[in-house]
Amino acid sequence: MSTLAPAALPADGHDHGHDHAHGHSPFLAHHFENHEQQFDSGKLGMWLFLITEILFFSGLFTAYAVYRANHPEIFTYGHMFLNPTMGAINTVVLLFSSLTMAWAVRCAQLGQKQGLVILLAITWLCALTFLVVKYFEYSHKFHLGIYPAKYFVYGEDPHGELKATGNAAASHASDPHADPVDHAHADAKPAGDSHAKGEHAAGGHGDEGLPTRAELPKDIGIYFSIYYCLTGLHGIHIVGGMIAIGWIFWRSLRGDFGPEYFGPVDFVGLYWHLVDLIWIYLFPLLYLIH
Amino acid sequence: MATATITTESGSGGHSPGRNYLNESSGILSWVFTLDHKRIGLMYLVGVMSAFLLGGTFALALRTELLTPGPTTGMTHDMYNQMFTLHGAVMTFLFIIPGIPAALGNFVLPIMLGAKDVAFPRMNLMSFYLWMGGALFFVLTLFLGGLDTGWTFYTPYSIDTNTSVVSAVLGAFVLGFSSIFTGLNFIVTIHTLRPPGMTWFKMPLFLWSLYATAIIQILATPVLGITLLLLFAERTMGIGIFDPKLGGDPVLFQHFFWFYSHPAVYIMILPGMGIVSELISVFSRKAIFGYRFIAFSSLAIALLGFLVWGHHMFTSGESKMAAIVFSGITFSIAIPSAIKVFNWLATMYKGSISLATPMCFAQSFIVLFSIGGLTGLFLSTLSTDVHLHDTYFVVSHFHYVMVGSTLTAFLGGLFYWWPKITGKMYNDIQGQIAALIIFVGFNLAFFPQFIMGSRGMPRRYYNYLPEFQTYHQLSTYGSYVLGAGLFLALWVLVQSLLRGKPAPMNPWGGNSLEWHTSSPPPLANFEHTPEATDPYDYHANKYDPAVGGYVPIPKAQKTVDPYGGIE
Ligand code: HEM
Ligand SMILES: [Cu+2]
Repeated sequence: MSTLAPAALPADGHDHGHDHAHGHSPFLAHHFENHEQQFDSGKLGMWLFLITEILFFSGLFTAYAVYRANHPEIFTYGHMFLNPTMGAINTVVLLFSSLTMAWAVRCAQLGQKQGLVILLAITWLCALTFLVVKYFEYSHKFHLGIYPAKYFVYGEDPHGELKATGNAAASHASDPHADPVDHAHADAKPAGDSHAKGEHAAGGHGDEGLPTRAELPKDIGIYFSIYYCLTGLHGIHIVGGMIAIGWIFWRSLRGDFGPEYFGPVDFVGLYWHLVDLIWIYLFPLLYLIH
Repeated sequence: MATATITTESGSGGHSPGRNYLNESSGILSWVFTLDHKRIGLMYLVGVMSAFLLGGTFALALRTELLTPGPTTGMTHDMYNQMFTLHGAVMTFLFIIPGIPAALGNFVLPIMLGAKDVAFPRMNLMSFYLWMGGALFFVLTLFLGGLDTGWTFYTPYSIDTNTSVVSAVLGAFVLGFSSIFTGLNFIVTIHTLRPPGMTWFKMPLFLWSLYATAIIQILATPVLGITLLLLFAERTMGIGIFDPKLGGDPVLFQHFFWFYSHPAVYIMILPGMGIVSELISVFSRKAIFGYRFIAFSSLAIALLGFLVWGHHMFTSGESKMAAIVFSGITFSIAIPSAIKVFNWLATMYKGSISLATPMCFAQSFIVLFSIGGLTGLFLSTLSTDVHLHDTYFVVSHFHYVMVGSTLTAFLGGLFYWWPKITGKMYNDIQGQIAALIIFVGFNLAFFPQFIMGSRGMPRRYYNYLPEFQTYHQLSTYGSYVLGAGLFLALWVLVQSLLRGKPAPMNPWGGNSLEWHTSSPPPLANFEHTPEATDPYDYHANKYDPAVGGYVPIPKAQKTVDPYGGIE
């Protein structure tokens, strides 16, 4: 990387204070000597940004690791509530979108406008699919009363779902004596279950054999805190990615990109691969490991 | 090799005299939307100095309250708690972390490097507005019920208190992004925008220190970001990760917090060390001694800074083994720090020292940093730390390093580059007097705190035993003297703006590239792509009384590149 700057100087390297905006491509910022230097800056900047993203997530992964070490029981039970089929679908969707994204970058480099536009559109739709699947997963959990720690009311009171975010429900949840009282309801669990089945065909399977509230460790809610933080933050990144892909989609319709100038497509692509990669870690850590 | 000739660089600049970044365009919008790193740096300068004024006002109020045991000014306990919290938070997040890099660094980094701008001017502007946003959140906190957690936001108290933790946390979060973007921009700029001939080892040491700082900004700040988000989620959604009532782990918060905040203290000090390296060399008119040692010690400090956070938790129940390891690594940071101090001393040895205002600040820095650094050794020693933890000894220690060192380096840098930034000279004698008053006031304010701290005066207390009163009084009077010195410094600068003489291109005889362009610089920094120089070569310029500054000594023949153009 450090060798770039000198190489980037054109032969007539004098007097660059005055000639910006003349005879340059409209996409070359005035403080760069040439496209190559601009691209290298952007690429390095993007990689550094991705490092900060990894570190950002690493805080959550550390929280995960600490809790796994301190409370292994909440992980034994927590994953039972996640639906590996849906997780797997999303994994495939994201992997596929990474492929189309990489291909789109190639098209941009080769100046194949039509391919670029189509591939970006597919990538964007994959991102949307991911969010739709995630929406079903989340709403299914909300129906069961599976909220982050303080508001975790699963199996507490099948008729009190609407109070789920209220304080009454919350204090109820953290009251250890609540369990025996609700035991009967929790055992009779179909209330919550059929509810879910009725509303979401896709979420119908896998609910059988869910543990009752009484069987669950007291702090199981923290598992879902971690789950919602990790997947929620990742989801926000998907939304950010959709905005970024939308932006370069619009620019590629306009015909901005070609062999000389394709930086933005490349950088958004890198970001998208990272978002994908983080999911590749989330999926086994949350859905698969017991 | 570019073939710019030195003759165009003499006097007050090349052609189109009078055109500079300040008057290139006018109107408020030309500032609001500017992408010029110099204007952004200037806006930051105004911003961080306002934040300093706010934090300083709190400080004087706190000190006045502590003049006598019990109530002194009518401030209540709760108000005291909120005031020291906001004092600490404003000073740390709004002043001292962005101070040197974002304000001075933004201004001089591209010029010292010989570039036209930073790599991402838009991101640079955005980071300024993020800073403004973070500052607004802190001001909002004041109106939403204050904050009384201390600037450290320790859980579980920060989960329970009914002051406005959420807005403060969001403010710090946003400021974190501002800091990340500044660091990212600097790293990319240094990597890709060095003009021909500007090799890594021809970079002025200030740039090395900003580079090391940027590494910390990038690697540490995101961890603070996620920690603050988790705290935010804890308060709004009760996620239980830090809340012991829900089975969470409050000490985990401390680990996360210090994993950022210990490296952050080096975000505060490293740029200051970089400035001092420049000042010591220029005002001794002697090439910096041990250039590479100073450069690499910045990197060493940056990296070691990540491994020592546990020394903030010696008393929070970490294992004995962990404590011993953290203690050991902490000691090792003294090595690169000492390397710098010894190199500065060696540079001054037999130099022809001129005690201009910036150099006075640099001298204060060396003394105050040495005191602050050496007292750090008492704190990294396990047995003594148990006694000193959370006493005024700690308060004094971090004020010596953060305020005594970073603030004096900031002021030194400000006075050094002031002619370049504004195109105006100031009254040097008044500046020297201000530097002296600041030095005396600072020591009077904070040295007594070492003594009372080691005698058991706890920090963050509104009340105290009568036996500590003398120390507190000395400290309070010292803070008034310090305040007076700071206002005098401000007055000198304002006077210079109003009626200062026009600054020559090179008032101090420095040879780094910012002294090779007019004062103030033109929009693109240079009229011609500059040729990289040896920044510490003091035979290249000589004083010219007619210009009131230094001018290049015309070289008999073609320039000979002593490095042969290789890295
Ligand atoms: C102008 C001179 C200053 C004076 C007289 C002063 C005074 C004080 C006082 C009285 C406290 C409260 C100590 C306690 O109750 O435990 C304090 C805390 C603190 N100050 Fe300063 N201060 C000054 C400048 C600064 C500056 C420039 C910074 C920025 C780096 C700073 C950073 C802090 C921090 C981080 C704390 C700790 C707050 C906490 O305990 O959480 N101070 N200062
Ligand atoms: Cu520390």
